[in-house]
Amino acid sequence: MFKQKNYLALGAVVFVAIILLSLPTRATSRLKLAVGSWFLPLFGLAGAAQQLPADLADSVLSRRELLHQVDALRRENQQLKSQAVQTIAIARENSQLRAMFNWQKQSPWNLKLANVVMRDPANWWRTVQIDLGTRDGLRENLPVITDAGLVGRVSSVSTTHAQVVLVGDPNCRVSALVENPARDMGVLIAGGTLDTSLVELTYLASSANLKPGQSVITSGLGGIFPKGIPIGQIVDSRSVEYGLYTDARVKLNANLGSLEQVWVLFP
Amino acid sequence: MNPFKTILILAFAFLAVFGEATLSAPRSLLGAQIDLLPALMVYAALNSGLPTIALLAVFGGIWFDTLSANPLGISILPLAIIGWPIYLRRDLILRDLPFAQFVLGATASAAAPLLTMLLLLSGGKELLIGWGTLWQWIVMAAVGAVATPFIFSLMDAGNRALGYQERVEPGFRLDREIQRSRKKL
Repeated sequence: MFKQKNYLALGAVVFVAIILLSLPTRATSRLKLAVGSWFLPLFGLAGAAQQLPADLADSVLSRRELLHQVDALRRENQQLKSQAVQTIAIARENSQLRAMFNWQKQSPWNLKLANVVMRDPANWWRTVQIDLGTRDGLRENLPVITDAGLVGRVSSVSTTHAQVVLVGDPNCRVSALVENPARDMGVLIAGGTLDTSLVELTYLASSANLKPGQSVITSGLGGIFPKGIPIGQIVDSRSVEYGLYTDARVKLNANLGSLEQVWVLFP
Repeated sequence: MNPFKTILILAFAFLAVFGEATLSAPRSLLGAQIDLLPALMVYAALNSGLPTIALLAVFGGIWFDTLSANPLGISILPLAIIGWPIYLRRDLILRDLPFAQFVLGATASAAAPLLTMLLLLSGGKELLIGWGTLWQWIVMAAVGAVATPFIFSLMDAGNRALGYQERVEPGFRLDREIQRSRKKL
């Protein structure tokens, strides 16, 4: 049944697989980037196809609707302008106080908008690809957010694209802080496999006084995520390991299931 | 071997992997992303030669791993392990029956993620696995089963429309024709 050519073909496939799997990480990532560039022409096509319905919808909007939208945007712009003035005043006061106490000066973060172009085709990872790369100044471990809250961090970068590992993936652990009087701290780990909106907050103190609805933010520990990025809200909590520590489920603010555009934070 | 069939299979694999990475509708509707490569491997194993199976396993696996967080090359072996036994037993399989295609598609689509996860866990990787994984596995097997007969029809139609057909020799041969003539006496 097994002829020599069968052995040869099977041997060749196994050989290629073993060679690829035993390559060093640097070479593997370079190879991934090279092969990934084969999909670049399709990225453009997919982007244009996604944009087409929006363009069509825009072209049939009535003048009244457009005027209504302009009016709403103008009002929102005025509100944001007044908030920006307040923020600048608070930042100035903050820097003056820091100077008085001789604290290290905080540098403001820059944001860059990116489009989500792909999702991980495997069900056991939670990653997306964005259309920013090294040519845009991206590097590994930069935080990624939306206006709702934390999304994840950049895990690998090519010239034109980058892979973002999302909160809830086993490879994205975040040190988090519960906004309660005790300021309980824990580590955000992977949550459920089906519901992308729920993640687990673990290693909280056994005495943690958690209530549903309490906000969870990044603690700033770990050196990747700056302090104060909103993550989500506590859903419920339970004591684990015979009361040694507490686990809580957190509902994420950002909707990871329908990400279209994200912000990359540059220090 | 018809090289056009191999090119068509590889082109379909390329588009299938791209579609799996860009279309989020299956994930939002069913809670799982579907994978068409095992179903395509069933077609390749039943309808083409060993080089096509090897090429599909290698390139399909590499393309899938490139767009995924998988280590590069991890998906090659599961695809090859699916294709080989089917190829070796293909003379015993009623490949034209949709039911046979359905069963093979279900088996292949169920086996591929299991084998990949087994390899990843053997390599010490921490995966997103829970009770929901069982549902995702069932969805992948079911969609793979339903998709396999469609892939067979689609690939056969593609072959008929774009590929060249093998020349069929007619029974009639001029050099073997018996020359009949009236003998002149």
